[in-house]
Amino acid sequence: MRIELVPRTEPKAWARALAPVAALLVSFAIAGLVIWGMGRSPVAAFQVYIADPLMDPWSLREIAMKATPLIIIAIGLSYCFRANLWNIGAEGQFIVGAIFGSWLALATHGTDAGMWVLPAMLILAMIGGALYGAIPAFLRVRFGVNEILTSLFLVYVAQLLLDYLVRGRWRDPMGFNFPQSVVFDTAATLPAIAGMGRVHIGVIIALVAVVVTMIVLGRTLFGYRLRVSGDAPRAARFAGFSQARTIITVFCISGGLAGLAGIIEVSGVLRQLQPSISPGYGFTAIIVAFLGRLNPIGILVAGFIMALILIGGENAQIMLRLPFDLALAFQGLVLLCVLSADALVSNRLRIVRARA
Amino acid sequence: MKRRDLVAAGALAAMMAFGAVPAQADDPVRVGFVFVGPVGDFGWTYQHNQGRLALEETFGDQVETTYVESVSGGDAERVIEQLARTGHDLIFTTSFGYMEPTIRVAERFPDVKFEHATGFRRSDNVATYNARFHEGRYILGQIAAEMSESGVIGYIGAFPIPEVTAGMNAYILGAQSVNPDIELRVVYVNAWFDPARETDGARALMDQGVDVIAQHVDSPAAMQTAADRGVYGFGQASDMIDFAPDTLLTSIVNNWTDYYIDRIQAVIDGTWEPSDTWGGLSADMIRMAPYTNMPDDVAERAAATEAAIRSGELNPFTCPIIAQDGSEVPCEGDGVLSDAQVLGMDFFVQGIADTLPN
Repeated sequence: MRIELVPRTEPKAWARALAPVAALLVSFAIAGLVIWGMGRSPVAAFQVYIADPLMDPWSLREIAMKATPLIIIAIGLSYCFRANLWNIGAEGQFIVGAIFGSWLALATHGTDAGMWVLPAMLILAMIGGALYGAIPAFLRVRFGVNEILTSLFLVYVAQLLLDYLVRGRWRDPMGFNFPQSVVFDTAATLPAIAGMGRVHIGVIIALVAVVVTMIVLGRTLFGYRLRVSGDAPRAARFAGFSQARTIITVFCISGGLAGLAGIIEVSGVLRQLQPSISPGYGFTAIIVAFLGRLNPIGILVAGFIMALILIGGENAQIMLRLPFDLALAFQGLVLLCVLSADALVSNRLRIVRARA
Repeated sequence: MKRRDLVAAGALAAMMAFGAVPAQADDPVRVGFVFVGPVGDFGWTYQHNQGRLALEETFGDQVETTYVESVSGGDAERVIEQLARTGHDLIFTTSFGYMEPTIRVAERFPDVKFEHATGFRRSDNVATYNARFHEGRYILGQIAAEMSESGVIGYIGAFPIPEVTAGMNAYILGAQSVNPDIELRVVYVNAWFDPARETDGARALMDQGVDVIAQHVDSPAAMQTAADRGVYGFGQASDMIDFAPDTLLTSIVNNWTDYYIDRIQAVIDGTWEPSDTWGGLSADMIRMAPYTNMPDDVAERAAATEAAIRSGELNPFTCPIIAQDGSEVPCEGDGVLSDAQVLGMDFFVQGIADTLPN
């Protein structure tokens, strides 16, 4: 006996819409079983993980901050993924963006440079991320190299570049040889939103990215071209859409947004460069993009859910003494369930009995 | 509404949100720990966690401890704040990288007490604590020089920061007290806890002819790798003998337990101060694991050196200290380098074959 996936001719719209919700519920159920198996109460875990943070203004603000880089990166990735291009290297573009932006912060350190520094940093970061994203796109267009591999490998290059800089020329001279840069000046630090604790304006930038992307994808020719290139590449070619141009463009957008997220995290949260500036945002954002169905609003919601899970994992350690690894496992579980749900929406299961 | 009512309302809200118990006079002291690695690293974090467990054993119902493990730099501020706002009275942040976040949160929570390990910034509610690891490393150096046949010994460091540099210098000075011609090779893995890179570091050293390895990183991976080739090694932070039973010579064991117990007692007694503690063998903040896999005379000499350092008779950094470039280091202590010189150590002494990364 074996099980086959048979494509459905017409996947139902409601099923497609409900799939992520169902996937989340299933992953909650599995996680609950695991927690129950560990001898803890799944109800208490749900309370601490999900319910409490949603009831508490401080936690909500922290979730918004944690979700910001995830949403901005995932929005960028959605351009690539919609066109059926697989940018797995957002983590690297995030880092290179942070490096480009931080360069200005360090160059103007202690000079009283003024208001222009921060916007210039954001723009530089986008340029840096876009250039870095353009490398796999160029290799794909020019030499037909698989962009999945090149974009992923470039992550490690970016990590080592950052490592070199914070241990070498960008190291804080007063920092006792510890590998970190100086703490940025106020002019190079993302300001907090008044009355919102330490929540910085990067949260607003994330919302802007969501709205702009809604307009671009829904109401522009470019957005239409993107969809066609992804769903029906042959039709796109017949319509005269240049595939090379699409590839380069979406990788630049995707890399640019990842770079923007990078400088927002460094200038808004860390306030200095360190050897490691991301606990894997670039990879987690891939989950966020899919959980959000590559739809801007969906990504916004998915980013919040993922941040909630990450912060809930800390609460679970503090309140219930559940191990950190459980939070990581839970994250993986969510992605697995979302992908499975997708597969089940567009396919149905058929059980084939073995012939005698 | 009076201020007290406001506080009560706030506490009630916190209770509702987190199911906490209202604060009372006979309430347990709530202690939070922020860890840089997993509690199962069998090194640095493991040893801090041993201290935490000892608190529960010693104080029973009088304390309640919680911890968050593997906290990255960007998450530290949120985690520390979450501990502070959920009713923890005393919070230990156990990695150098938590210095700025600890200070920032401490400003927002003046009634919560903080203790930051290995840092140098203090305030009205932030104390610092660290151990004089270099004392133990002088003993390791002596043993290494006696056990080495090639005359080349090795050291795996995490980062080229003063604490690690001081340990390397103490190690080579101890070794030179036995064999003035001994040579020290150094490798940095650029992480506190990265077993794969620690293993690579051990291999790199052994390929250069090193036959005794010391380490200032957190996992026992390098000691296991050394054992595979029959190369001697020294454990760090916790007694790593189980990982290399036939080749481990001894370990420097960090003992945070007594310190943690003292500090909780001080909170209970109301005598807690934002102090700066830097204790070594005499304060029992570091201990030497049993001297194993070595001839009796080597072990006896090590024990004698240990006793001399503990009594204050011997200081690893006794002047004159000659820096790598041949210049004599100014002697700012009483015949020895001052604490400030050791804490900010940014030079190698003569005999180290590599240069300090700059």
